Amino acid sequence: MSSPAYHAPETIEQAVALLAGDAGARPLAGGTDLIVQMRSGRNAPSAIVDLKRIAGLSGIRALPGGGFAIGAATACTSLKDDAALAAAWPGVVEAANLIGSVQVRNRATMAGNLCNASPAADSVPALVAAGATCLVAGPNGEREVPVEAIPASPGRTSLAPGEVVIEIRLPAQLGGDAYLRSIPRTEMDIAVVGAGVSLVLDAGGVCTSARVAIGAVAPTVVLVEAAGTALVGTRFDDAALEAAADAVRAACKPIDDKRGTAEYRTAMAGVLVKRTVRIALERAHNNQGRSQA
Amino acid sequence: MNKLLVSTTVNGDPQQFLCDPDTSLLDALREEMDLTGSKEGCGSGDCGACTVVLDGKMVCACLVLAPEAEGRQVSTIEGVAEGGQLHPIQRQFLEHGALQCGFCTPGFIVASKALLDHNPEPSETEVRYWLAGNLCRCTGYDKIVRAVMDAAAELRQDRRTAA
Repeated sequence: MSSPAYHAPETIEQAVALLAGDAGARPLAGGTDLIVQMRSGRNAPSAIVDLKRIAGLSGIRALPGGGFAIGAATACTSLKDDAALAAAWPGVVEAANLIGSVQVRNRATMAGNLCNASPAADSVPALVAAGATCLVAGPNGEREVPVEAIPASPGRTSLAPGEVVIEIRLPAQLGGDAYLRSIPRTEMDIAVVGAGVSLVLDAGGVCTSARVAIGAVAPTVVLVEAAGTALVGTRFDDAALEAAADAVRAACKPIDDKRGTAEYRTAMAGVLVKRTVRIALERAHNNQGRSQA
Repeated sequence: MNKLLVSTTVNGDPQQFLCDPDTSLLDALREEMDLTGSKEGCGSGDCGACTVVLDGKMVCACLVLAPEAEGRQVSTIEGVAEGGQLHPIQRQFLEHGALQCGFCTPGFIVASKALLDHNPEPSETEVRYWLAGNLCRCTGYDKIVRAVMDAAAELRQDRRTAA
């Protein structure tokens, strides 16, 4: 196998030109999936376009209105170091920091986790629940799309040739979020089920908005709109939580594999969503307390 | 494919080497620079035997392309001891017998040093989670964790004495 070319462009325009000019070129952010796939022969790019020398793609910017823009080459551990981001979106930051080991998270990025398009990607359900979008650069300019529009099937994205995710954007936090995953170990494993939840409450504690996303139980991460609908208008009583869990179980189309059977994954998805809602709810209450203080 | 010329800094020394673009930093360290302390266990980022510090962050050298090291600072196990003087973490590993075959040890030492460099007083739980990316098939980890905890205590004592 011949060695691919290696490019380290300094601008987004150069990166897009390199990717658009060579159908076999692949963007490199943290490399914790791409390099493993190259070693195993599963992926044989003709060129590697390293995004880490592009100014502005590593780091986190506060957006006007309270949101955040996270550069595509920002390592997962850097998210924890940003106190404002970690306080606003703990579910997203925790999800990104469940991936692999510290060594892996010092390299791995959320944009890479998204574009690797694994159904079990930990950061993706949290991002989808958060209502995150991504900024995609390509030969025809830039476009902003919801995170859930990127994964198409296991290992495949909806990105057109020459396109690359350059930034992930989180809105202002108006409530609370959480992510939990189920794995047979405590660390260094791949989700059997993952659940991301983001909630907004009114002053009386009634749910005004809820987004629920699940991972590892379908070919892509799934936004379960019916689960959100089941929570809106409630105070998260047991019946509402059970209705949300029912909607989640109905959305599961899992596979059987060595990590879990389809039946187990479906049952566990319902359990996990209820646990995740309770954590997001507590955080939403705490945030409300802070904003009223 | 033409070889790339990479200029980097390893353990404070400037280094230049030629490599194929998809050479791993681990292979460049071992084969171009004769720094064979970093080991390849899995080659897929699971075992941590190749742990090095790249611009202040510990990473698996098997999952870094050598050209990515251009202009960066790399620290390896070879830079942990000062001359003939073992680092307290290395000495505690010996005193605790925190190794048998020793293949994982360079990765554990580099990862432990990365922890203690930014967290001088970790809890046992923090040590265990921090080292989750380093696999040891000999020791059962307990002796490693005790060595790191004792090294942390020793380093804190050294700092107090120096102050």
